[in-house]
Amino acid sequence: MDDLAHPRNTYAGLTAKEAGLIACTVCGRLDHPRDTCVRCGAALHSRKPFSYQRTLAWMCAGIIFFIPANIYPMLITRTLGSEQQSTIIGGVIELFAYGSYFVAIVVGVASIVVPVGKFLVIGVLLASIQRAWKLDPHQRLRLYEITEFIGRWSMIDVFVVAILVALVQLDFVASVNPGVAAISFALSVIFTMLAAQSLDPRLIWDSMNEGETHAR
Amino acid sequence: MSLSPASLVACPSCDLLHNATTAAEGERIRCARCGTLLASSRPNAIDRTLAAAITNTILIVSALFFPFIQLEGAGTRQNATLIDALSAFGGGFTTPLVLVVAAFIVVIPFLRASALIYTLWPLRFDRAPYRGATSAFRFANSLKPWSMAEIFIIGVVVALVKVAGLAQVSLGPAFWMLTALVAVLLLENHNFCRWTIWRILGTHTRA
Repeated sequence: MDDLAHPRNTYAGLTAKEAGLIACTVCGRLDHPRDTCVRCGAALHSRKPFSYQRTLAWMCAGIIFFIPANIYPMLITRTLGSEQQSTIIGGVIELFAYGSYFVAIVVGVASIVVPVGKFLVIGVLLASIQRAWKLDPHQRLRLYEITEFIGRWSMIDVFVVAILVALVQLDFVASVNPGVAAISFALSVIFTMLAAQSLDPRLIWDSMNEGETHAR
Repeated sequence: MSLSPASLVACPSCDLLHNATTAAEGERIRCARCGTLLASSRPNAIDRTLAAAITNTILIVSALFFPFIQLEGAGTRQNATLIDALSAFGGGFTTPLVLVVAAFIVVIPFLRASALIYTLWPLRFDRAPYRGATSAFRFANSLKPWSMAEIFIIGVVVALVKVAGLAQVSLGPAFWMLTALVAVLLLENHNFCRWTIWRILGTHTRA
């Protein structure tokens, strides 16, 4: 029985690109260069086109929307003439004050640590690809996979706001409305998810190989 | 150098070429360089994915119409369904917010499940795929990261903690249906090997 996990089963250690082949990113079919994949009909590219530029653009959009998301209120609560506004950080602090530490940590991680971490990781990955930094590609791929997996979870706070708005609509004493930050934050999360999707992880390994050839 | 692409597989994460072998039942084949999963063989891949997609559809529809959450306070008691929650009418940013949430927890999961059923139903009975099955399956794959029912569940729990002081809130059957939906989704993702299904779809397109 052949065991692919063993290095002897790689094809002369070549990548598809080096061998003049293209693997379809959608269905995985390997083929000689042509416009569209024979099996699934997706456009065939050896690497995602303009991966670096697209990732950078989506990430900038994500960062831009992250600013109002943190400055403006996420939630506006009105009770009997008094109005209370809470921002993302304010909401986390409030949860801590209530003594709901676990929930406060979940929300804090999802809406502050994860987005900021994502910007940093994508930034480092882009820089390492562009400047051929000699960082361990295994670790970089791991970082990329974590970023891609965890990004969607930032959406928690947006859902919390939506549920609170709907819940309190049932009650007449108070009224709760979403603020600008709720939409800005949702857009920021969507844009960073698109940034992670636009990044082609194969570029990480390409930059290692290029570095070797340049260094000779 | 003459290469036959059919006998080779490229790693989706690092592009390294491997000689193609078929995975034995339950075996997972990983890339020699970066460890990314290249192929896995799970018995009844189609049956399982199809079953999960049908379960998903039923759960989404029932989660929409059964009482989702119950609010008790100041002598009143009210039931809310997910439909009520989504049609919550308010000023300012309520409408765009509701649209975003409805897309992520209802529309996208529903479209994805429908596209999967459309693709897999004829394959299940060893018939040729319906017209446009490859586009449908491509569509289903592209929707995967945008289907966020599991994140919504965590959101509900957080929201409950936040209003705990204001009113007595209890969860209705629809909440538990959504929770079941999440369990099914997680199970499905675990069983899902898109390469296997693409291979099966591919044998039909060439015939």
